[in-house]
Amino acid sequence: MTAAPTYPEALLESVDLDETRRLTAEELEQFGAEMDAIRQRILADLGEADATYIRNVLKTQRGFEVAGRLLFYLPPAWPLAVASLSISKILENMEIGHNVMHGQYDWMGDPGLNSRMYDWDNVCPGEQWKYSHNYIHHTFTNIVGKDRDIGYGILRMDEDQKWHPYYLGNPLYAFLLMVFFEWGVAMHDLEVENIVQGKRKLEENKSLHAGIMRKVKRQALKDYVLFPALTGPLFPLTFAGNVVANLVRNVWAFNIIFCGHFPAGVATFSEEECENETRGHWYYRQLLGSANIDGGRLMHLMSGNLSHQIEHHLFPDLPARRYPEIAGEVREICQRYGLQYNTGPLHKQLLSVGKKICRMALPPRGGA
Amino acid sequence: MSTMTPVALAGVVGRGVLRSRVVAALTSPHGVDRYLELINPMWAADEVRARVIGVRRETDGDAPVATLTLQPTSTWRGHRAGQYVQVGVDLPGSAKRLTRCFTISSAASMPGETITLTVRAHDEGQVSKFLVREAREGQILHLSQAQGEFTLDESPATPTNNHLVFITGGSGITPAMSMVRTLLRDGYDGTAGRRVTFLHFARSVEDQIFAAELAEVAEQDNGVAVHLRYGDHVFSEFELRRLVPDFRDVDTWACGPAGLMELIHQAYGESPRLRTEFFKPPRTSAGSAEGDVDFSVSGVEAANTGETLLEQAEALGLKPEFGCRMGICFSCTARKTDGTVRNVLTGVESSLPDEDIQICVTAPLGDCSVDL
Repeated sequence: MTAAPTYPEALLESVDLDETRRLTAEELEQFGAEMDAIRQRILADLGEADATYIRNVLKTQRGFEVAGRLLFYLPPAWPLAVASLSISKILENMEIGHNVMHGQYDWMGDPGLNSRMYDWDNVCPGEQWKYSHNYIHHTFTNIVGKDRDIGYGILRMDEDQKWHPYYLGNPLYAFLLMVFFEWGVAMHDLEVENIVQGKRKLEENKSLHAGIMRKVKRQALKDYVLFPALTGPLFPLTFAGNVVANLVRNVWAFNIIFCGHFPAGVATFSEEECENETRGHWYYRQLLGSANIDGGRLMHLMSGNLSHQIEHHLFPDLPARRYPEIAGEVREICQRYGLQYNTGPLHKQLLSVGKKICRMALPPRGGA
Repeated sequence: MSTMTPVALAGVVGRGVLRSRVVAALTSPHGVDRYLELINPMWAADEVRARVIGVRRETDGDAPVATLTLQPTSTWRGHRAGQYVQVGVDLPGSAKRLTRCFTISSAASMPGETITLTVRAHDEGQVSKFLVREAREGQILHLSQAQGEFTLDESPATPTNNHLVFITGGSGITPAMSMVRTLLRDGYDGTAGRRVTFLHFARSVEDQIFAAELAEVAEQDNGVAVHLRYGDHVFSEFELRRLVPDFRDVDTWACGPAGLMELIHQAYGESPRLRTEFFKPPRTSAGSAEGDVDFSVSGVEAANTGETLLEQAEALGLKPEFGCRMGICFSCTARKTDGTVRNVLTGVESSLPDEDIQICVTAPLGDCSVDL
């Protein structure tokens, strides 16, 4: 006779058990060990190929950037200039900035690719983003009440967020956040929602204000004053082009990022069920709290490999180019343990996110 | 009136433009060097890099020595004799850049001028081994500006009655060599312009760096007296007193291994005339939790408990920055200057000096020094 399996207390009450299994404490440990083994193997293998890759991406990005800035001197090439600059900003923010600031390339010892030195082409100061993203979001992923990336303090993205008439505007807020995404990211650390609720004092933001203002001034000076001015009489065209390039990056980044944690089937967690969490449980939560986007190499590159959000959340400090390489193995392990591996093409994931944004605008059925 | 060739003028103007606030604003937040390096590694507005333009073997044997001649970028601000420079090397095969300090062996330099490094290949020193055994002409190195206060503060151009003493051991000769070269190059009429006593201790005649040049310096009537000692012949106060009777009242520069430095300190007592630079030998670890952990910025040192560095620091009342406490967020990254550490997640041990580590998942093995 076998002993009845023991489950970690209250684990995963919110997980859809049609899609995924509850793991016993023992299975969780084994699952964690298998993930650790992948991590170790990749870490031991890091080397020239990873360095060459990121340096090539950097060169490509700089190429698009310079080409974009120069093409504004040729008015007929305006769409090309905007496209070039948009690609440059997307690559810089996603495959380079996000990943470098995660510390994925710290092992190279190159100050230009070091998480402590790098700052990205975005109005959000890298220093502040690293705190809210690397620490808060990646440590407390999808724990309602702790992970401020659930709705970014503006949206209702989970049943466990209490409904309020304010959330009737959910789709509108989401649209505005998409359009002004880099500004939303820059404001994220100010925790405005906590100030409104009286949980945070305005004074606590003082030190952040200076950093944000400094960065905003630099970004605005570059994109909206100096580069347009350098094109002389073409100032308005260049100005408009830079606005559009930043907008394209905002829309793209917003969509990729929302597909990472908000498609249907992605689990959220309560603070209680994550108390005294083991490493295996942490991996399990990262897996169930993330979703991938199917696609080819271009998709992976342009999303900064966040099309492999699951692998990114399991191994946030491994160079992102390794995610496609280990995805098959991660998926196979999930199958073996009977765990869901949430993935789908971009349009399907986007539709699912859109539905959720609208559904969450309304009070829960059967009354709040 | 000074005249400038058009090329030199263009260079000056170009550098001025590259370092201007407008260009900095246009290339924000990355900075102009992040663009220039993609075109030509020798183009820079702020950072310093150098191209190896010559490699000369000084000694052979187990720990051979080589002198590398470097052409720095125009951003090099020059150096005072005795200063050192941080050298970053992209080690082939590993894609890792390691950075170590080396003393400049050439005479004081002006901005943009060539310099030389004289490096001994230590068995455990990956960078020194690479520089001595593998560096070739054309190789690009990453430099800092010159650093250090162990410098010649006498003007070589002004002859004086001041007597100067240099006492060095092994590769500790390099800063003193830079000073003597500076004195002779810039001094009065090819002499040092003052009395100089140069006392050096080497392991053997074969291990003697700069042997030919030292012999030449010793031979000429230039004010410099060279005394070379080999093998078991250790420093003694008695011998120094015979060479320089009032040595405690004479400006002295001393640099060498720990044993030599201890004897020199004893001889000079509290004399303010002694200036020293100390080369730390790499520490070997017993591979246990024994030893001491030194949090060098706070000035706190305590017995190593074997816990992670973050836990040990907190137990001592320090408040280092941290985030996830599980090795993913890199908030707690700090520089380990010395000692062997073990990553508690991966079990990987590392003894590299000046290495960035995540203190929340790193435990020291034996003695360890961290910039916290």
